[in-house]
Amino acid sequence: MSAVWLTIAGLAVTTATVKGSGPLTLGGRALPGPLLLVITLLAPALLAALVITQTFAEDETLVLDARAAGVGAAAVAIAVRAPLLVTIVVAAVVTAGLRALA
Amino acid sequence: MSSSGESFRAGIRIGIPLAAASLLLGISFGVLAEPVMGEVGPIVMSAIVFAGSAQFAATAVLADGGGAAAAIVAGTLLNARFLPMGIALAPSVRGRPLWRALVGQAIIDASWALANRGGGRFDVHYMLGATIVNYPAWVAGTAIGALAGGALGDPSDLGLDAVFPAFFLGLLANELRGALSVGAALVGAAVALALTPFAPPGVPVLAACAGALLGLRRL
Repeated sequence: MSAVWLTIAGLAVTTATVKGSGPLTLGGRALPGPLLLVITLLAPALLAALVITQTFAEDETLVLDARAAGVGAAAVAIAVRAPLLVTIVVAAVVTAGLRALA
Repeated sequence: MSSSGESFRAGIRIGIPLAAASLLLGISFGVLAEPVMGEVGPIVMSAIVFAGSAQFAATAVLADGGGAAAAIVAGTLLNARFLPMGIALAPSVRGRPLWRALVGQAIIDASWALANRGGGRFDVHYMLGATIVNYPAWVAGTAIGALAGGALGDPSDLGLDAVFPAFFLGLLANELRGALSVGAALVGAAVALALTPFAPPGVPVLAACAGALLGLRRL
């Protein structure tokens, strides 16, 4: 099997395992009280980290490019309560526009 | 009319704009992966892996001449965040073991965050609806990119790489209710920012889960 197909098969197995193991082993059971607030706070912590890495990370370096300007424009759209679809279109248009000008 | 059916349909409705973004991102994945994996490989990968950031990472490793093991490790690291997300989801997932494991496959960042009802509860049917429209969009986008990529040009020219961080920022804004959630977001962002120059891709986001430990403070 070539490296490509080995990668595809291996990644399919690890992804299914990582995604399925929580619901499989703990499904339907109430989590102990102390964990509940931690779980609730996972979403803001994870989303903030995803915004940071997908805006500023290029492999293992931090970069400031047109993408950051696009996400900044999206922040303005969110602040004026624009719908989510408008927000992401604003981000793409501003990013593409700046790259076209560069 | 069951409320789970209503949740499922509401999930589909919220999932449509998200699927549009995934279609565009799938196209960019297909364009980038085709020279590395050929025309069929990227499509099969999107169909059976269905995890965008992990697919981009594994493809980048292969493109740089890395082997399968390194590519699988890189992709799996980017997916590691799905483990705590699955644990958070678990109390809301009922039914037989096989069904619960299948529901876990529907975890993608946006659907999971949208289905979060606070207080540790998730609307599982809402998540399933939001993911089910995303899957064909991601696979079809990959196919378009892999088969017709040359004619489309560079996806970054279209600003597509800004779509998902903007989307996550919108979801984040909805999550910020009160000082603790703002604190968790700030810690998460700071950890990701601090670790990016030093840790392999995927590790900064996983480590950012530590921001949620602020929840232990009040106990």
